[in-house]
Amino acid sequence: MSPIHDQSYRRYRGGKATPGSSWTVIAWAGLRAMFRKRAFMGLMLFAWLPFIVRAVQIYIASNYPQASMLTPTAQTFREFLEQQDFFVFVVTIYAGAGLIANDRRANALQIYLSKPLMRTEYIGGKAAILFTFLMLVTWLPAMLLLLLQVMFAGSFTFLKANLFLFPAITVASLLQVILATFTMLALSSLSKSSRYVGILYAGIIFFTAAIYAAMLAITGSTSLSWLSLSSNLSQVVDVIFRLKPRYATPWPVSLLVIAGLVALSISVLERRVRGVEVVT
Amino acid sequence: MLTTPVESAPTSATSPDAAVVSLDDVTVIYGKNPALKEVSARFARGAVGLLGPNGAGKSTMLKALLGFVKPEKGRMTVLGLDVAQRPMEIRARLGYMPETDAHIPGMNAVSFVAYCGQLAGLPAVDAMQRAHEVLYYVGLGEARYRNVETYSTGMKQRIKLAQALVHDPDLLFLDEPTNGMDPKGRDEMLELIRDLGHNKNVNLILSSHLLPDVEFTCDHVVVMDKGQIAAQGPIDELKGPAGRVFELRVKGDLIAFIEELRAAGMECHSTDEDVMRVFVPSGLASGVGAAGGRDQQAIFALASRHKVQVRHLRPSVPTLEDVFAKAVGQE
Repeated sequence: MSPIHDQSYRRYRGGKATPGSSWTVIAWAGLRAMFRKRAFMGLMLFAWLPFIVRAVQIYIASNYPQASMLTPTAQTFREFLEQQDFFVFVVTIYAGAGLIANDRRANALQIYLSKPLMRTEYIGGKAAILFTFLMLVTWLPAMLLLLLQVMFAGSFTFLKANLFLFPAITVASLLQVILATFTMLALSSLSKSSRYVGILYAGIIFFTAAIYAAMLAITGSTSLSWLSLSSNLSQVVDVIFRLKPRYATPWPVSLLVIAGLVALSISVLERRVRGVEVVT
Repeated sequence: MLTTPVESAPTSATSPDAAVVSLDDVTVIYGKNPALKEVSARFARGAVGLLGPNGAGKSTMLKALLGFVKPEKGRMTVLGLDVAQRPMEIRARLGYMPETDAHIPGMNAVSFVAYCGQLAGLPAVDAMQRAHEVLYYVGLGEARYRNVETYSTGMKQRIKLAQALVHDPDLLFLDEPTNGMDPKGRDEMLELIRDLGHNKNVNLILSSHLLPDVEFTCDHVVVMDKGQIAAQGPIDELKGPAGRVFELRVKGDLIAFIEELRAAGMECHSTDEDVMRVFVPSGLASGVGAAGGRDQQAIFALASRHKVQVRHLRPSVPTLEDVFAKAVGQE
């Protein structure tokens, strides 16, 4: 009698993908895993509340002349992105803290890196997860607001006068998201505890802001704003939106600090993401 | 996603006599501590045991072959491909079962194994189908929808084997696969490994410090000690030199008696039990009685001369333990 189903080991005769695309597998798996979490979905929906408020503001300004003080300007979009800073912070901790730390806790790196994928692919896949979620709470709602303005106003007048908003929103969002993504991934690679990583990230944000606040109180000058991570970002984003920078620190200095931090994070990742941990 | 047919191994690695893995003069140093010292070895096709005590450098060798650690010097090839030049191609055809507990957090078994299959390049549908198949094969069919984090140690060993097998590798690296398993589970795991190596045409390297595991599953062995190769070759050849092995237990001045045995040209080493194994090279005891009894009589004569009581003397067969003890110079 032949068996109903052969449960023995069989050789595989199908095709295999060429190496180089495994990062997409990591990214999809990570995105699906996060979307299955109700609390995270709730957080993402909550992060869109400012968008709804702004959409209502644009609608009223477009349809009721007596509410002209609500008419959007370039600064409106800058302020919207600034409002989203809080959600960027929370989503970064919620979705990012465990990205590498959990893999380190479960010794998963040696599983990943024994497959045909490079370390850059692993990091790229993990970065893509956080990057996607952060763009969903920054770039996407800001762009939709811009489109809503055109729809509600029924003309391209505002858009033509502020065409720079498309690249400005894109560049500002990318800057914010890339900084948060790489900083969090680097911190996540340093520990096996996602909770500790979350606390560390929050600590860095608040500690640098507190140092700057203390220096501001002592010196009375904003020229030391480069000490604060969030102040550097605000300074550069102001310039991107063609607004007057809010601090005395030259914006290239703030940009340099941001670039340095991203470079440092990549260097940390390069050292920490390995198939074997060599303790000397 | 681009897919290509499964490639066959390069010609150099498909011929029956070719080594699937070779190391030439490989040195790996952790900080200031050399883990591998100018190691040269050949791993034949089929099942090969990588045997040695803890700290001998077995895991380091596997990790170097995977590209996890970079050697200070030397050249390594796997399936005919240079490890330094073509690591991705090698890993696509390799399955690795790590020594330590390892899994992707937050996944059930079938998702985890399918995910590993996708990482190795299998299309999603094929990966899922293979995941179910290999989970049945390793004996986790009924538990495949459970979260891996709830698994027992033995089940975790099985799922590590499943993730190493899912993409149908040409070569398996198994690092201490029976660690932490109960006797029944250990036997089942060894049966699986033996089946893979002997019936499924999967080349495998079994790294273990357990002699019976290697002896049961492998045809060839590479013995390591202190970061160097102590012996290598077919197990039958290594344990089959001309001569006879005896199990011996004595009462009296043991140390002096062992020295006397060695002076007489015999080799002896202790075992886990209170019994030592004595190897008597052929021709050593010629001229004393019949062929079968000459060696025993020689041992009795030496015992009598040193006033040592022989409590137990039984002919045995050479085992891998003898090879190992001889290779690493264990007393």
